[in-house]
Amino acid sequence: MTRKSRRLVLIAACGAVLALAVGLILSAMSGSIVFFRSPTEVANQGVAPGTRFRLGGLVKEGSLQRGADQTVDFAVTDTNATVQVTYRGLLPDLFREGQGVVTEGMLEPGGIFRADTVLAKHDESYMPREVADALKAQGRWQEGAGKDSGKAATANDKALGPRSER
Amino acid sequence: MLVEVGHFALALALALSLVQAVMPIWAARTGDPALRQVATPAALGAFACVLFAFAALTYAHATSDFSVQNVVENSHTTKPFLYKLSGVWGNHEGSMLLWILILTLFGALVAVAHDSVPPVLRAHTLSVQGLITFVFVLFIITTSNPFTRATPAPLEGNDLNPLLQDVGLAVHPPLLYVGYVGFSITFAFAAAALIEGRIDAVWARAVRPWTLVAWSFLTLGIAMGSYWAYYELGWGGWWFWDPVENASLMPWIAGTALLHSTVVMEKRDALKVWTVLLSILTFSLSLLGTFIVRSGLLTSVHTFATDPTRGVFILGILVLFIGGSLTLFAWRAPLLRQGGLFAPISREGALVMNNLFLVAACATVLVGTLYPLLLEMATGEKISVGPPFFNMTFVPLAVPLLLIVPFGQTLAWKRGDALAAAQRLFAALALALAVGLATLALTWGGPVLAPVGIGLGAYLVVGSALEIITRARGYGSNRTSAPGLVWRRAIGLPRSAWGTALAHGGVGIVVLGIAAQGWATEGLATLKPGETLATGPYVATLERVSPRSGPNYEETAAILTVRDRNGNAVGAVDTGKRFYPSRRMTVTESGLLTVGASQVYASLGEVHPDGTIGLRLYYKPLVLLIWLGAVVMALGGAVSLTDRRMRVGAPTRARTKSLPPNAVPAE
Repeated sequence: MTRKSRRLVLIAACGAVLALAVGLILSAMSGSIVFFRSPTEVANQGVAPGTRFRLGGLVKEGSLQRGADQTVDFAVTDTNATVQVTYRGLLPDLFREGQGVVTEGMLEPGGIFRADTVLAKHDESYMPREVADALKAQGRWQEGAGKDSGKAATANDKALGPRSER
Repeated sequence: MLVEVGHFALALALALSLVQAVMPIWAARTGDPALRQVATPAALGAFACVLFAFAALTYAHATSDFSVQNVVENSHTTKPFLYKLSGVWGNHEGSMLLWILILTLFGALVAVAHDSVPPVLRAHTLSVQGLITFVFVLFIITTSNPFTRATPAPLEGNDLNPLLQDVGLAVHPPLLYVGYVGFSITFAFAAAALIEGRIDAVWARAVRPWTLVAWSFLTLGIAMGSYWAYYELGWGGWWFWDPVENASLMPWIAGTALLHSTVVMEKRDALKVWTVLLSILTFSLSLLGTFIVRSGLLTSVHTFATDPTRGVFILGILVLFIGGSLTLFAWRAPLLRQGGLFAPISREGALVMNNLFLVAACATVLVGTLYPLLLEMATGEKISVGPPFFNMTFVPLAVPLLLIVPFGQTLAWKRGDALAAAQRLFAALALALAVGLATLALTWGGPVLAPVGIGLGAYLVVGSALEIITRARGYGSNRTSAPGLVWRRAIGLPRSAWGTALAHGGVGIVVLGIAAQGWATEGLATLKPGETLATGPYVATLERVSPRSGPNYEETAAILTVRDRNGNAVGAVDTGKRFYPSRRMTVTESGLLTVGASQVYASLGEVHPDGTIGLRLYYKPLVLLIWLGAVVMALGGAVSLTDRRMRVGAPTRARTKSLPPNAVPAE
């Protein structure tokens, strides 16, 4: 093999792997990207049923209902619009009414959002960024306001925590 | 008082690292070797100072000194002692101090290492390392000082986030940081080579042990983090393609590529410029990871409490080092003498393919991690890039890479014979195919890709074992099949051969573990005591729900008995909800029952006043192989590190001129 053909082989191999990587990225981009929507966006723009997206906002106070067989229903709101959500599974420990939540799933024809993933924050003072931004856009959220929610959390702990047994 | 002295030591470290950074460069300009030698004591001094500062902070945490803001925010008198210690780095400021401690430790090790690093190269490397230390110490002193006092001092602290109150915190960050920060040394070596405008096999040999150390620790750190997330978050997953996980995976992939390209450089004096570029990229990705974790730009389970000034400062560091090193590269790399080209079918050809696939895989992870950020900046549209994206991009690139692993090992340097290599691998290929088909037949009707993965894993494990056996049996007239002789020869093989086989075999074990997750099952139910939930081959019975109390929490535990389908008891498992009054926070503790390498995983949901509970139960076949494989990989790195050629210098024709009068030749 001459020097020239060796170089050619090397460049061809680089090009092939690069093209493969770019092709994979582009095809994955078109198929597996999930958009974030606030309840207001869902209400105004409408999302076709069957499209996967992330819905984020606050869990509406008083909306949490536990059904049979680990099904839970709750409403996600940005105080402007509200979307009803149904989910089967265990809720995260920091899931609370009145607190931020991000859910992933798709709308059913009736307008109910069927979630297969529910993400809550991992820290008392941490608000999912998408939720904070969406609420800021609605003018309903100020930086640092998350700390005020401590009281609500205590009230809810009674329903979830070990104290309920006393 | 000790806190102030610690603070002062940190300031002293800032000054010493500046001396360490400036003196060697000045020495090169004035040609004064005495100035150059200042770098060594400066590096040792900086390490001693940071160690003292770290010890002071640890003391403050251990004694619950609530006059220190950092302790107030992250500690509590009732917190168990182990978590008081690990809590030192369970927060932004303290973990940055640990980061810097490891950075200066590596600087000190380079300064005292008795190896064949030419003194000029060593001095320049220490200089670059000093600059990194200087910038990071400046960062922590100005924006994230762990020694800030709290006035007035409160009587009690806020406690550590309960999710972090786990042995995982004691182990995962230190391992990960040794890995992350270890690549700063290869970065410093690369920058030093560029400053000198000279690079050769001596450089490759000098860099290799540091790359191996960093890579092995990063492997362990990532694996430990994965296991911790698996049992602590209660979702049963072992990898989430979370931005922060990606942030640690990217330097690992680039570091793996670097590990392989330095071999080519050392043996064949080729791929020099590429290796220098990889060294720069690997540490740049480590810095990018630090930025991602601490800036709060991306939503992640790891997010620290964020502060915009820190993000801007780290962005500045990122621009300084990545931009600076790439500029230096563009300016000086043409000076480096290029090595020759080589045949595509050869060991080095296979290693180039390894680098190509690894870099492409790394690029897909980078795109998937940063694309949401860039899109949001450009259009304001918020998206999330989740596991489907990475499964569609990363996996198709990883599979061909894994296929060439045993193949590349078998090829000879310079000019390989593909057919002969395939013949030697025939046993591995046949066995892998048999294992895959047998698995498919046994699990007929189940997932199809999982048996393929099992076959691939078997191919890697057998291929690695075969490599050792083939080499021990010898070639041509030396060939033997007497077991005693083969055994003695196998023992006598270079440690690096064993290291390679172990690391590649470890990859195979990981692949086996991942593939087996195709048969994982899960069940979800509301249970009363006495009721059962079945998943996979096991049935769990809820025995009782009872309260327990720990040192700083109250727990409601569900105690379960696990039986197989025939009703024979396998073991007991308990899962609970822990309530931490200090943070008013509830955390689920998942329960694990290990059967061989498989696990039954229980996670408790809501507990209702009438004694019923929500329960999720997973069956995870062979899941432990994922982390055991990673440990085997790291072990391979460690064995490779004990290779004779790590201790004996490379032939060093080129450096005789630059020997100072009092230097002792390494050979």
